[in-house]
Amino acid sequence: MANLASNFLGIKSPNPFWLASAPPTDKEYNVERAFQAGWGGVVWKTLGEAGPPVVNVNGPRYGAIWGADRRLLGLNNIELITDRDLEINLQEIKAIKKRWPDRAVIVSLMVPCEEEPWKKILKRVEETEADGVELNFGCPHGMSERGMGAAVGQVPDYIEMVARWCKQHTRMPVIVKLTPNITDVRYPARAAKAGGADAVSLINTVSSITSVNLDSFSPEPSIDGKGSHGGYCGPAVKPIALNMVAEIARDAETAGMPISGIGGITTWRDAAEFMALGCGNVQVCTAAMTYGFKIVEEMIEGLSNWMDDKGHADLDAIIGRAVPNVTDWQYLNLNYVTKAKIDQDACIQCGRCHIACEDTSHQAITNMVDGLRKFEVIDAECVGCNLCVNVCPVENCITMEQISGTDPRTGKSAELPYSNWTEHPNNPSATKTAAE
Amino acid sequence: MAKAKSRDIRQGRLDPAQYLENFSDLHAPLGQHEATVEADRCYFCYDAPCMNACPTAIDIPLFIRQISTGNPKGAAQTILDQNIMGGMCARVCPTETLCEEVCVREVAEGKPVRIGLLQRFATDTLLAANPAHPFKRAPATGKRVAVIGAGPAGLSCAHRLAMHGHEVTIYEARAKSGGLNEHGIAAYKSTDDFAAREVAFILDIGGITIAQGQALGKDISIDQLSSEFDAVFVGMGLPGVHALGLQGDHADGCIDAVEYIETLRQSDDKSNLPVGRNVVVIGGGMTAIDVATQVKLLGAENVTICYRRGPEQMNASDYEQEVAQTHGVAIRHWLQPRKILTDANAVTGIELEYTAQNGTLTGTGEALTLAADQIFKAIGQSFDAGPLEGTGIDLDQGRIIVDENQKTSRDGVWAGGDCISGDEDLTVVAVEHGKLAAEDIHKTLMG
Repeated sequence: MANLASNFLGIKSPNPFWLASAPPTDKEYNVERAFQAGWGGVVWKTLGEAGPPVVNVNGPRYGAIWGADRRLLGLNNIELITDRDLEINLQEIKAIKKRWPDRAVIVSLMVPCEEEPWKKILKRVEETEADGVELNFGCPHGMSERGMGAAVGQVPDYIEMVARWCKQHTRMPVIVKLTPNITDVRYPARAAKAGGADAVSLINTVSSITSVNLDSFSPEPSIDGKGSHGGYCGPAVKPIALNMVAEIARDAETAGMPISGIGGITTWRDAAEFMALGCGNVQVCTAAMTYGFKIVEEMIEGLSNWMDDKGHADLDAIIGRAVPNVTDWQYLNLNYVTKAKIDQDACIQCGRCHIACEDTSHQAITNMVDGLRKFEVIDAECVGCNLCVNVCPVENCITMEQISGTDPRTGKSAELPYSNWTEHPNNPSATKTAAE
Repeated sequence: MAKAKSRDIRQGRLDPAQYLENFSDLHAPLGQHEATVEADRCYFCYDAPCMNACPTAIDIPLFIRQISTGNPKGAAQTILDQNIMGGMCARVCPTETLCEEVCVREVAEGKPVRIGLLQRFATDTLLAANPAHPFKRAPATGKRVAVIGAGPAGLSCAHRLAMHGHEVTIYEARAKSGGLNEHGIAAYKSTDDFAAREVAFILDIGGITIAQGQALGKDISIDQLSSEFDAVFVGMGLPGVHALGLQGDHADGCIDAVEYIETLRQSDDKSNLPVGRNVVVIGGGMTAIDVATQVKLLGAENVTICYRRGPEQMNASDYEQEVAQTHGVAIRHWLQPRKILTDANAVTGIELEYTAQNGTLTGTGEALTLAADQIFKAIGQSFDAGPLEGTGIDLDQGRIIVDENQKTSRDGVWAGGDCISGDEDLTVVAVEHGKLAAEDIHKTLMG
């Protein structure tokens, strides 16, 4: 059995699956249930300053988009940080940590961008014996209008400043949670590192409007006929998150900084992908909010089985394994030639590969062969783009195969050694090689 | 006497409530949620096999996509554009041998997208909204067309002609329009008077007059209509039925299945229908299945379909055979009727002979006797060529010959539906004939 024990910044948990700071971690009751279900840790829903708590809207706070059979693909929310009293939250955190000493309990924080409030709240959190704090510089809605959340996360200087304050005022590990609502995630990550943060976690939610009500012309979720942008999460944001994680993992300045991966993680496979791209652990929210806490059983079981199958003894054996393979486009091998191949036995003849290629791409798939409905790749036209693979409803029916010999499309050898754009004759700034 | 006791034919075999249950929808219509889930299963195939298999070439992927995007009325319009009887076809089409048989999901998983039920969902949604008629008439052309028969072919033809701005008069022999939709198909396929509602919907376009009680050869003739109208469409169906050709064919209890089905369809109180305890049905088509299943639903104890060939040769699809069987009907193959057993000119049983296919179908000489209170003859309907004699309309094997535009050998006369030769006797096929004929009539008249 693979060892799933996780050690993130010295914070130990029996598995790398934490619940992200969000509604599922707002109360002792929920967290108790989560730990009973098997979750390795939680990041407690964001606490604010002492005093009257924030208020939430009393109308709907979530919007969504769905795939076939109304499978939830993306969720957005306009909920603020915890609207419960700080003291009650702190008491509950303390009680939980005491009852579940083997689980990770991190506390998410968001207070005004001044040193004193941060100093104050850090002391209070330390009293709970929680394992660490996560600075919420990510929420794009509501709190950002008050100069917190994403409003901080969008200014690298502020990130660095607050991170530094926090490291000064607490012995606890400090994780900085990053917003994706920026142009280049490496800058806020570098700022977090410069401020002394122990780790970054990402992504927080993406600013979004999920839909518009075509009767009332209000954005959804609609509060009395008006809507406000919310934070988008769920399976739909996973590709955005994976890229941002990879950018930080392979950036020279931040390489090696621990990352807690967040963004649409729904299955063990998603988690493994985030970890392969450099995440020490993962945080989950939407999947739990869609299916309940029980999904962690599948995640634990699935990750463990995969690791056993592949001979990975522990998490260190997989963390960061894909990072060296993330590169810039300019370094991709232009002499790697593939063609689509359709398994005629698996083909159900829906013809989507044909029409996608015919209408929108390279006219490289037939719809008729010898008078019969048949979908075959025309190698002389196929550029190997993979669109047919992606639109085919049958998994593995169409595959991309590397070819040998001559590429019938270009008439050139398909067996030339690695060569990339930096050396290509069409590139005006190519480094001239001796052969040319 | 024993003979009186041996026959058991009764009305009201069931509790009154049981009749309602037995003759409700064979397949419950899809609800909104079911329709959405089912529509999501469609792959929106290129050059979709289902569409190619549909005799009326309904753009099935498009209408299913319209359902999935919350536009069932648009879906209905897509259906009706090609098939004005899309509502009835959704109920009676043997989809298992048409669109659903070639659905790529049938190929992939053995579970096709339930196209028929989705089509019903779309058309029912539109009709329930009681909208303005979804087709507009072109400006009046001043041309007049006569249509013989208010069945699927005639109504389809009339609707398309009216759409093109022509004036149509339909001559219908019966008191009610709809043809086999109204009089022929099993009651549980067309509940809530759907056939009549659909006729009303079609006529809603305007420009169509129906003259009821006008039979070809009796009240009207081809010559007369040809002289009075600019064009004539013949959609007279198959008014006759084949006889068994056995002694006892006319004995009490030896019943024409088509007639019985019609009576059943037209009776509001199904408990009035006389039903035997033991029933034998002779035939292998949809009529045999429909009568056997319905007689079983009326409370007959033993219902046996006897067909002279094997299951593969039956005109009724595997699925239809299954419907009968799951309702408790026994289907026996390789048996042909030899003698109707009677007592005092009333049916008491039937003697059948086993058959075998040795090049031709031959009797083996071995006999089987089945007790029967009723014997239903369902061995096919026949064309009545009488009214066409001397009209210059050529026939082939007793049915009208038409070209690819439904044109007969006589100028100015088109034909379609079951009365023509060389096509399947299905509602959906008749609708297509009517549509094709109307387009060709329009083209010819507007030249």
